[in-house]
Amino acid sequence: MSDVSFVRTEMLPQQSPPASSVGFVGWMRENLFSGVANSILTVVSGVFIIYTLWFIIGWAWSPTWNAQSLNECRAILHDLGREGHWAGACWGVINDRWEQLLFGFYPNGTEAGVADMRWRPILAFVLLGFALAPVLYAEKVPAKMIYLTMAYPFIMPWLLWGGSIWGPIMVAAGFVIGYIGYRVLSQLAGSLIALILSVVLAVAWWLFAAGGIAGMLADLTPALGLEPVESRKFGGFMLSITIGVVAIGLSLPIGIVLALGRQSDLLIVKSLCVGFIEFIRGVPLITLLFVASTLLNIFMPPGTDFDIIMRVFIMVTLFASAYMAEVIRGGLAALPKGQYEGADSLGLNYWQAQRLIIMPQALKISIPGIVSTFIGVFKDTTLVSVIGLFDPLNLTNAIRADSDWNGIVWELYGFIALLFFVFCYGMSRYSMYLERKLRTDHH
Amino acid sequence: MTTLTDPPKESFRLSMLIYDTRYRSMTIQVIAMIGFLVLFGWLISNTAQNLQALGKEPSFRFLSEPAGYDINQRLIDYNSQATHLRAAFVGILNTLLVAVLGCITATVLGVIIGVLRLSKNWLVSRLMSVYVEMFRNVPVLLWIVLIMAILIETLPAPRAFRGAEPEATMKLFDTVAVTNRGVYVPEPLFSNSLGNISFFGEHSLRFDISLDLLAFLAALILGLFIRSKINARANALQESTGDRPRTWHLNLAAIVVPTGLVLFALGFHLGYPELKGFNFKGGTHMRNSLIALWLALSLYTAAFIAEIVRAGILAISKGQTEAASALGLRPNRTMSLVILPQALRVIIPPLISNYLNLTKNSSLAIAVGYMDLTGTLMGVTMNQTGRELETVLTGMAIYLAISLLISMAMNWYNNSVKLVER
Repeated sequence: MSDVSFVRTEMLPQQSPPASSVGFVGWMRENLFSGVANSILTVVSGVFIIYTLWFIIGWAWSPTWNAQSLNECRAILHDLGREGHWAGACWGVINDRWEQLLFGFYPNGTEAGVADMRWRPILAFVLLGFALAPVLYAEKVPAKMIYLTMAYPFIMPWLLWGGSIWGPIMVAAGFVIGYIGYRVLSQLAGSLIALILSVVLAVAWWLFAAGGIAGMLADLTPALGLEPVESRKFGGFMLSITIGVVAIGLSLPIGIVLALGRQSDLLIVKSLCVGFIEFIRGVPLITLLFVASTLLNIFMPPGTDFDIIMRVFIMVTLFASAYMAEVIRGGLAALPKGQYEGADSLGLNYWQAQRLIIMPQALKISIPGIVSTFIGVFKDTTLVSVIGLFDPLNLTNAIRADSDWNGIVWELYGFIALLFFVFCYGMSRYSMYLERKLRTDHH
Repeated sequence: MTTLTDPPKESFRLSMLIYDTRYRSMTIQVIAMIGFLVLFGWLISNTAQNLQALGKEPSFRFLSEPAGYDINQRLIDYNSQATHLRAAFVGILNTLLVAVLGCITATVLGVIIGVLRLSKNWLVSRLMSVYVEMFRNVPVLLWIVLIMAILIETLPAPRAFRGAEPEATMKLFDTVAVTNRGVYVPEPLFSNSLGNISFFGEHSLRFDISLDLLAFLAALILGLFIRSKINARANALQESTGDRPRTWHLNLAAIVVPTGLVLFALGFHLGYPELKGFNFKGGTHMRNSLIALWLALSLYTAAFIAEIVRAGILAISKGQTEAASALGLRPNRTMSLVILPQALRVIIPPLISNYLNLTKNSSLAIAVGYMDLTGTLMGVTMNQTGRELETVLTGMAIYLAISLLISMAMNWYNNSVKLVER
């Protein structure tokens, strides 16, 4: 008979995989319990995590938000029947001092005759967000916002330090004068001569005219100014962010110049740049801050006395530029030689090639490095506590020396660590996002 | 017929300094040099004027004056009558001590964490990511002062060890005392000690090296030499016969026997810390400042090293692992024989820069009062003598020298393991 077959003729329906290899159970089997050693590791780390979380939550869950001193915290916890070193957190210290940790001694209205000026740093940092938007999220914001970015370096010091508005405007005018001078002169003479002359023009403006004119205009319009705030009132996270932003903002252009100098064929320029970079990278930041606090005034002409925050800005900027230069040099080195040759074959001169071909790609390659330098600099701003500036860490010393809060450890440091963590982790996540966005290959 | 003519002889014109690329680079360099010299001269003349106005002539005579302050954690003998130079020397040794200790623990921790971060175990790898992010995104200075505060606030005071029923007891079979004044660990003592060998006579830079230690090291090196001979013989036997003789017991003996004999001959024993009155006596006292600095620097740098190790391992293509398992190597041998040796080439350069960072970060010792170079020369000495210029510049020069030496040594090592390419 022909209809007898010894093998099955119809297809069987596909069976679902065994329950132990799909879904949650399957995932657990694969990722947590794939072998004896793995299972032991899982159990040990699971116990560790649960124990730690239990411990931390039990400690942090503590109704001491309104306590006025550590003793009061202990009394509250004692009433709840919780004793010992780990009885519970004393959140009263955060409630009591968070404003100081954020703003330092910036006028907050408690001093007689001085208004609450904390809106100024807040506004400055909110504006910073807007000013950075065209750089960070170029395609999502209107292109016009780049003007805010260009104006921001002059708005920020005015908001933070106050004073007449004419000072920053006159400084900005120097750049405009230099730019116009370059445009006009480059029609008349060669571009290099025009560049040199326009720089001379701008510097002359700043040295001889800007101060006088700003003073005159300030006298005419006293209303157009903010109450000045001295640098020594700066403190807390505001100080860290200010130092970080200034150093990061200035170190990028200086770093680019240093990196180009280090890559160049000009022997003297190259050795100057190499010497500077290796010197700065070879010494700890703290020694540079000692230079800022003790030596920088000795290096300046007799009689110059500019305040400690300004000196710290200078040294931290120099420090960051050297690291930035190395990062950008890495980007330049990673660029294929064909890009340089292609630029040459198009007839672009050195600066055009840098601006249009080399830098956009080199900077893109160096983004992770640039961001990690940013993070490093921001973390390193805590070092200014060693030379006596009131950054959050130095404020904790003051708070812990207060008889009310003597003996507080975890709450304060935890609060500061959390704020730093949020900033730095945010930045590193952003750099990952940017890396993905700017990736042009097909991985 | 064509004639070849020479290009017209150009005469040098002044404008060529700017427009001719051959000369322009010279112009730029000369301008840069002049600018640099002017700037440098300006700084020096300012400094000279300011120092004259202050009545301080730069001089290093203060280095030979008595320091007048105590340093409690030190490797060489020192008292407050010793010179500032000796204090700075103590500081340098303390810097190097914490740097070396920190580099070792950071590497060990970092490699373990980096490898565990790549573990297939989801929970473990997440736990390690948390560790890395936690330490990388918080300033190291915060870790240092936090650990210092924890040590002081949470550990028992020495008096807690007193009495019939003490609140605290010594750890590890009564050999280690962990107190809020520091950790007391047993110290090695030699009853037939060979004494010390002194360098630099009675000079400020005088330092002693224990001959006992040298004898021990010599025995250890001898042992290692014998071991390499044994292994070489085993390799030769394996190549000729195909069978590898068992060598592990010989290897162990080669290390243990010479060192053990030396230790026995020198009368080695441990000096345990003991509670005398209100404090511990005997043993080696590691102060909180050293421990806080060491721990914080190691934990912080370990997070960076873990990332480097992870990146290095990920950089080795998957084909290498597959080829190794095709050859029948087990996973741990694949790791140690195939992946790690290749990953090492990727890992070493950034590892060097992390060692450098750790060494430079050790200058944060000043925040917890550990007397390293920053604490002695650029700290107390500067405040006592008022010689800011000399102390800060000398300190920077020493740090620079240390950094350059480390990077030179490491670059040499890096070149020796580098893949030789065409």
